Amino acid sequence: MATEDKLVTIHVMGEAFRVPEGSTIMTALEYAGFQLTTGVGCREGFCGACGTLYREAGDYKIKGGLACQTVVTDGMHLAQIPFVPAAKPVYDIEALSPDEEAIKRIYPEVFRCVACSTCTKICPQDIQVMDYVQCLMRGDIAQAANISFDCLRCGLCGLRCPAEIVQYNAATLARRLYGRYLARPSERLERRVEAIARGDYDAQLDELQGLDADALKKRYYDREIKTK
Amino acid sequence: MYPESMQESIRKVEASRARRIELALSGKPVVEPMSAEQRQDVLDRFHPDYQDDARREVRWGPNAGQRLTTEVADLLETYARVDPSDYDLLEPDFDTDVLVIGAGSAGFCAALLAQEHGARVTLATKLRLGDANSMMAQGGIQAAVRDDDSPVHHYLDVVGGGHFDNRPELARALVSEAPDAIAWLRRKGVMFDQEDDGSLKAKPGGGTCRPRMLSARDYTGAAICRTLRDEIQNRPEIRVLEHSSAIELIKDARGRVAGAVLYHLLTREHFTIRARATVMATGGFGRLHVKGFETTNHYGATADGLVMAYRAGARLLYMDSVQYHPTGAVFPPQILGFLCTEKLRGMGGQPVNADGELFVYPLEPRDVEAASFIREATELGHGVSTPSGHVGIWLDTPVIEKLNGAGAIEKNLPAMLRQFQRFGVDIRSEPILVYPTLHYQNGGIEIDVECRSTVEGLYAAGEVAGGIHGRNRLMGNSQLDLIVFGRRAGRYAAAFAGTAEPAELSLGHVLEANRRVGELGVDRDRISPLVLPDYVPERVKRRQHDTRYRGTLI
Ligand SMILES: Cc1cc2nc3c(=O)[nH]c(=O)nc-3n(C[C@H](O)[C@H](O)[C@H](O)COP(=O)(O)OP(=O)(O)OC[C@H]3O[C@@H](n4cnc5c(N)ncnc54)[C@H](O)[C@@H]3O)c2cc1C
Repeated sequence: MATEDKLVTIHVMGEAFRVPEGSTIMTALEYAGFQLTTGVGCREGFCGACGTLYREAGDYKIKGGLACQTVVTDGMHLAQIPFVPAAKPVYDIEALSPDEEAIKRIYPEVFRCVACSTCTKICPQDIQVMDYVQCLMRGDIAQAANISFDCLRCGLCGLRCPAEIVQYNAATLARRLYGRYLARPSERLERRVEAIARGDYDAQLDELQGLDADALKKRYYDREIKTK
Repeated sequence: MYPESMQESIRKVEASRARRIELALSGKPVVEPMSAEQRQDVLDRFHPDYQDDARREVRWGPNAGQRLTTEVADLLETYARVDPSDYDLLEPDFDTDVLVIGAGSAGFCAALLAQEHGARVTLATKLRLGDANSMMAQGGIQAAVRDDDSPVHHYLDVVGGGHFDNRPELARALVSEAPDAIAWLRRKGVMFDQEDDGSLKAKPGGGTCRPRMLSARDYTGAAICRTLRDEIQNRPEIRVLEHSSAIELIKDARGRVAGAVLYHLLTREHFTIRARATVMATGGFGRLHVKGFETTNHYGATADGLVMAYRAGARLLYMDSVQYHPTGAVFPPQILGFLCTEKLRGMGGQPVNADGELFVYPLEPRDVEAASFIREATELGHGVSTPSGHVGIWLDTPVIEKLNGAGAIEKNLPAMLRQFQRFGVDIRSEPILVYPTLHYQNGGIEIDVECRSTVEGLYAAGEVAGGIHGRNRLMGNSQLDLIVFGRRAGRYAAAFAGTAEPAELSLGHVLEANRRVGELGVDRDRISPLVLPDYVPERVKRRQHDTRYRGTLI
């Protein structure tokens, strides 16, 4: 937690609160007395629930951040954006192909991109959002999946987009298409699944399960450890 | 970014780095792993669980007389949040075949499989879908896919790591279904890290005898959880209730669990739901802040499922053991207690003390590793202090770049890089300061291989369930158990729902629980489930004249 010896002023939806310098927006809100039930999730930068828009003193720019990952500054104005209005289209992943057609069918608005890069600028994860949107338009599913991988779906890109694209939803589709259709097959994995189904390991597992406590311990501590 | 007071120690870490890299390149463990006796010694003396006040006897209910983690025993001895006379149980608000409580990956798997097996499914969750520990997992998921590995090796690691307390049949199901679980996730569209030949990248993990940790960068949990969430949202037949926290289970006249009372966090309405089978998938308990520890867990990890199941008569298993993750962040203060994934050590990151010296094998099982860190920083006095008065030991991360090539961190650990960069630390060139943090609930609701609890009609899967991991889970086996047992829970609950028709609904067990707790003389302001922790400061609390309860909202 932040030290409480110095306070700064932040404006939450216009109202001023004095909060400890160095705290994150989330802990500052709690210090101010809010019991959060929206705009909060994992509190650690992984779930995207706490997207927040803010302006800092003396700066006209609107910035985006995660409340749990952004430190308050004196004079900051902020509003939490717990949800960005967007319906999620329903689709059957088994009935799609990993190409431009899939994107056209499910997320046609992607093709309205005007390449303004507003999405990239707002992204709290510093993802090249516009670049992956362009990949989607070209049907380059692999690149779109790769570039968008670290997306937390906070939704700020979609909120700022003048073309009203829901980038994060389209990116989710791209990653699923990649994982389902384009990722290289893993023969080792498939062989192992088959071997287990055949019962190849049953006898050895039966044997381990049948050992008494001391014998099992010995087996464990004697096992060879490979780190490479 | 590190203050001057910490710089001198950093220079020592830098001075010993080249020598430590040499050691790592030899391919042998950089420090000899501990023997059974050494492990026991460090646990006995330094693991928080082994301190006198860590446990106390719970005085009522299915586990009465057993010594449980003190904060858990305290929670089980509280009054119910609901007043049974408030509800008309003859006219429940919703009716379903399978009710899944909790929307992390375990709940998602259960809901998907139950639906595939023909059940009408309702998925109720506290915050939004995927606001869950499942989304936060960074390092990986275990599955024996390498040729020099097998479910047999995996089994040995699981039971050895768990202090041989694991339920053998559960551990066996876990390891035997691991490769299939991964194949299933890949078919759903989860992207795992792969080698050039297509085989899945596998790294060592704490307590594994083979590299077995599969990953999706260091967003492994997110990659899995968001894919499953998308799949849930592609099936409109599954009814989803968000911001709907279960606050009590409903039973029927035959003593079966037959649904739940839900509380809508935004409208503050209560709803009753009748179900033929109920799957508890509410996750863990990090927000209980056991022994005052910071936690890695999400906001809603308040052990609700445990206490609701307990009141309904379900037995708990191993709720005397708490997992502290060895590497919680200590500096900068904004991320105190946040997770620094074990993958940092899986890729060669080395724990070193204030003098830059190695002192423990980097990949001991978690409890042993954590206890060793505490010993180093306390008894041996080799810790590093921060300006805010916290102490930690170093995790030397620049070693990772040296061992895996420049760019390895950006490619494989982007979340960690970002986490520290946001606060001015570059883990590619600077070590990070760490100390154990409250991470995982090792035990939980006792289940069998069909995920049945000891009460008919109630199933459990995921972190809320107990027995799979004994008294200490290894990294990557939780993400695995969500899939293996989440799927099982869905399948078996759907099958049970096909045969069960709830009798008359009742909350009689809640009245009985309240009576038992009352006899213990527990203060009236102690209620549960907590739903959310209370982080409102005292200063504000004193002016909120509508707060009636301790440690929870409203
Ligand atoms: C930071 C972090 C990193 C981790 N890294 C790894 C890793 O690398 N590998 C690994 O194997 N494991 C890891 N784990 C552990 C693993 O991720 C969790 O144990 C696992 O995700 C738990 O899944 P779950 O579905 O059981 O619970 P959760 O994912 O926590 O989901 C529980 C859900 O239930 C909801 N809920 C809770 N109470 C109620 C209620 N009363 N009513 C309705 N809904 C409720 C919650 O809001 C949540 O949505 C990590 C955990 C954390 C916290």
